[in-house]
Amino acid sequence: MATQRFVGFSIGKMPYWRCLARPAKDAALMHRFANPARFLKIARPLTGWLFWPGLLLLLAGCACGLFLTPADYLQGQTVRILYIHVPAAWLGMGGWSGIAIAALMQLVWKHPLAAVAGRAIAAPGALFTAICLMTGSIWGRPTWGTWWEWDGRMTSMLVLFFLYLGYIALGNASARQAQQGGVSNVTAIFGLVGAINIPIINRSVVWWNSLHQGPSITLRGSSIDGSLLWPLGLTLLGFTLLFGGLVLMRMRAILAQNKVEARMQRLARG
Amino acid sequence: MKAKHQRLILALAALVALVGAGLLAASALKDEAAYFYAPHDVKTKGVEPGKAIRLGGMVVKNSLKRAADGVTIRFDVTDGKATVPATFSGIAPDLFKEGSGVVAEGSFDAKGSFVATNLLAKHDERYMPRELEGMSYNESTHEMKAER
Repeated sequence: MATQRFVGFSIGKMPYWRCLARPAKDAALMHRFANPARFLKIARPLTGWLFWPGLLLLLAGCACGLFLTPADYLQGQTVRILYIHVPAAWLGMGGWSGIAIAALMQLVWKHPLAAVAGRAIAAPGALFTAICLMTGSIWGRPTWGTWWEWDGRMTSMLVLFFLYLGYIALGNASARQAQQGGVSNVTAIFGLVGAINIPIINRSVVWWNSLHQGPSITLRGSSIDGSLLWPLGLTLLGFTLLFGGLVLMRMRAILAQNKVEARMQRLARG
Repeated sequence: MKAKHQRLILALAALVALVGAGLLAASALKDEAAYFYAPHDVKTKGVEPGKAIRLGGMVVKNSLKRAADGVTIRFDVTDGKATVPATFSGIAPDLFKEGSGVVAEGSFDAKGSFVATNLLAKHDERYMPRELEGMSYNESTHEMKAER
């Protein structure tokens, strides 16, 4: 391996920062985990460390959001659905951002695990987008007076859900041709193109007047009072860790499936 | 140039083209994708009577009046630049009140008054406990100040 000569930092002959400046060194960090065995060695224990603390944090956050925070001045108790709705929206959009990054790594660097990661993210991403749409609908009925309206935010979020379904269908349909059980290059391109919807969702309440209110949390601060805001931090972190755990589980399952298929093919050949 | 760099440049060029196309589409949609007409849009563009539209804005304080039949309400909708009168017969959502946002579905009558067939309440991005209600809120700094 070409990068092996930098292992151990030969500081005597060459200052170590020159090693860091080498492009080969930067690429080495990304390609270190191209080897599924090395990836699995870290992914296996990491799954539990993400999943269980995530679940704990999210349950704690929900309990705090249900029992410890005051009701909203306008919406009353209804506001508490925020602690599920906001993390679900964040992960639905974050999931597709992950798909886009994985697609870029797959198309440009031909990273074998990127294709697996893209396929692994799709189902949890679709799930959280669906949770966001459903909780939003349940929230909309008592506050706005409607289950569903075709305003910019809701429509663009529904489009994201359909993009996920398309990505999953395309990924599954073309998985046989792809290496490692990941998505095909065509699916990766679809993932990259679909990413244009993410900034549109984010800006939909700013560009167009809509029934959905504007952003509460911006770079300038939050218009959610601190006494209502803090459990949101818990559930956001909890859901995010849980999402990471789910993605690792799916990646491991896909890699295990590869092994099974490779072995079956060997057996069939005799 | 290595094939890898060629792919990187190609992918980045495609991304730039995509974002450009998205922004162009979004700016072209600017008016078409709007969910409702603000009173100012109605005044400047003109909406013919009888055309089904949504009218959105704030319910003007002290403008809400209940008619003698008990189910019809009259109120003014404003966006700060223009104000139009509206009427509605039926059950309004709980969050519908003076000084709060509203999206009304319906059409204008010949006299320029909006006849709503359905009301939706629109709330803003602030969430706070009841104790803080009535405090003034600075939209640019997100700071709350007690009103004297």
